[in-house]
Amino acid sequence: MKTFKELEEIRTRVLDEVSMRKDRTGTRVVVGMATCGIAAGARPVLLSFVEEVKNRDMKDVIVSQTGCIGMCSLEPIVEVYKPGEEKVTYVKMTAEKAKEIIEEHILGGQPITRYTVGAYEYEK
Amino acid sequence: MDNYRAHVLVCGGSGCVSNHSFDVLAELDKQLEKAGLQDEVRTVKTGCFGLCVAGPIVVVFPEGTFYCKVTPDDVAEIVEEHLLKGRIVRRLLFHESVAEDETVRSISNVSFYKKQMRIALVNCGVIDPDRIDEYIAFDGYKALHKVLTDMTPEDVVQTVKDSKLRGRGGAGFPTGLKWELTQKAAGDKKYVLCNADEGDPGAFMDRSILEGDPHCVLEAMTIAGYTVGADQGYIYVRAEYPLAVKRLNTAIEQAREYGLLGKNIFGTDFSFDIELRMGAGAFVCGEETALIHSIEGGRGEPTPKPPFPSDAGLFWKPTLLNNVETYANIPHIILKGADWFASIGTEGSKGTKVFSIGGDVVNAGLVEVPMGTTIREVIFDIGGGIRDGKKFKAAQTGGPSGGCIPEQYLDLPIDYENLKEIGSMMGSGGLIVMDENTCMVDIARFFVGICVGESCGKCTACRIGTRRMLELLTRICEGKGVEGDIEKLEKLANNIASTAFCGLGQGAPNPVLSTLRYFRDEYEAHVRDKKCPAGRCKALLDYKIDPVTCVGCGLCARECPADAISGEKRKPYVIDQEKCTKCGDCMEVCNFKAVYKG
Repeated sequence: MKTFKELEEIRTRVLDEVSMRKDRTGTRVVVGMATCGIAAGARPVLLSFVEEVKNRDMKDVIVSQTGCIGMCSLEPIVEVYKPGEEKVTYVKMTAEKAKEIIEEHILGGQPITRYTVGAYEYEK
Repeated sequence: MDNYRAHVLVCGGSGCVSNHSFDVLAELDKQLEKAGLQDEVRTVKTGCFGLCVAGPIVVVFPEGTFYCKVTPDDVAEIVEEHLLKGRIVRRLLFHESVAEDETVRSISNVSFYKKQMRIALVNCGVIDPDRIDEYIAFDGYKALHKVLTDMTPEDVVQTVKDSKLRGRGGAGFPTGLKWELTQKAAGDKKYVLCNADEGDPGAFMDRSILEGDPHCVLEAMTIAGYTVGADQGYIYVRAEYPLAVKRLNTAIEQAREYGLLGKNIFGTDFSFDIELRMGAGAFVCGEETALIHSIEGGRGEPTPKPPFPSDAGLFWKPTLLNNVETYANIPHIILKGADWFASIGTEGSKGTKVFSIGGDVVNAGLVEVPMGTTIREVIFDIGGGIRDGKKFKAAQTGGPSGGCIPEQYLDLPIDYENLKEIGSMMGSGGLIVMDENTCMVDIARFFVGICVGESCGKCTACRIGTRRMLELLTRICEGKGVEGDIEKLEKLANNIASTAFCGLGQGAPNPVLSTLRYFRDEYEAHVRDKKCPAGRCKALLDYKIDPVTCVGCGLCARECPADAISGEKRKPYVIDQEKCTKCGDCMEVCNFKAVYKG
């Protein structure tokens, strides 16, 4: 290694990979991954979130899982916790919807009302 | 491109490894592959997490879920439940991880970690010590670059001086001054040494740093090399630390590969290399002159100072010698500045100190706290208090050269001067906690016994003096002490302290003097009343059966290995003191608490 640039290159490349191990305080995206969730297709949703967060280099977003959220018929369910805001629950999620949520809600700050559990219940 | 959504960290420190953490790691990889999660979940072997008593430790990120005492049999459940289905396996959580409202706290919110401040240990339990890239990711080798391109050797000395860092090996010599003396010493060839000959019983701070973050020591030594004008460094590490040796060797190889050790580092004309030298585990080799002779290939014996190593050390050349933990602070001081470091701690002692807490404490393990933290905070808030709800009696710092700290000093802020004042010392950081059942005469005998075995034999005061102290202490513990023994012991201890050649001999009487200072009544009880108040010294206690409580079941008589108990059914039994070996089995088996020590 001859230059600082080379050191910085390694640093930024690997930091992405290891930054998960430090406490993060930003938005938490929680995907319901009980048997019902997995059966309804929660895995592609989860992976889609992970990929988007990584591609967009969103260092402060945690993508995590949880067990059964309770409304198995509405799975896959995703909950988004933004610091200081109320929890938003999205239902019947897909990988495509995940990308929209990242774009409009997590980055744009505007929850996508039509995908939320509230909208679903209202329709009914 | 990897796209991991979770990292599973498995402790690879010596404590957890000897509890089969590598088997846990292997099983994790196997189960993850079986579940098809190998591309989503990454396993990482790290250094010590510190809470060794709860090992093997497994931590799952991003949540920071803190699993403890994990066995290979638990792994399938963690993979199936937590990693696949997102349900935390509650039965494996560290007990404090579950908050009152039943939610799960992350590892950094457990009280063992909350009061700590990590500088030297910041990467321990976070990075994989065998991957230089992870060290670099957390700003590794940035300080070295800054020093080589932005600072003169004089600047570095000034920064270290301003930080007021003092030697973490025990004596607390100002590090900046040591660097300056070596820098100013005339010589065509100079050396930088690292003292990793950690020998105090119960101390494992240096081992954990070397195992968990070996590169920080290499980086700091290279910075030191540039500062004092040396091109060769040696790490003197105990052969009893095979894992540390292995990881250091890997780290040195990787650093050489990246050109961070070797010729023309960062394209400058500065060259530096590091080699390991293994010690055979002699306690005295932690003394600087003895350590230097051992590296030279000579016998590990101390020689008089002056000349100090900064003038004539290894191969009679100017030599800089620092302890592992001292070095571990250096990169952080360079990057964050001397003022930042000097803002932590007390007037005379800056920064943090790593302690390995052991003995009768709940959370045995490795902690790093700012100087000025009280002993009570370390033992009770972080350490979780005394095991089995017993009472605190004393704590020993500084190993066999240190002294005990009784209850009245629990609220004393930890710093070099305070500990010295009460007859103990900072030492390298071993902190042994003792409960009410500890006999202080017996403890003094234990520590003096270590010094007797480890004395190199060069000077009479240590070679013969410590042996005589041990004989006196043994006699007192066995109930054969006579009037005047305590005074004789005290005089002998003071003589050894003032006449022994090196630190080992001068420190050897410390456990005796400090226990005499705070627990003289226990010595007197042994000598005059032939009693051991803590009920520890076997020769001084008899097992007896209370005839009122005894129901005459005969269980003790059946269990007694020496056939010392006799009696008739349904009548009180008696112990024949002539035959009794004082093993204590009868006391343990009695269901009616009729057996007592007296």
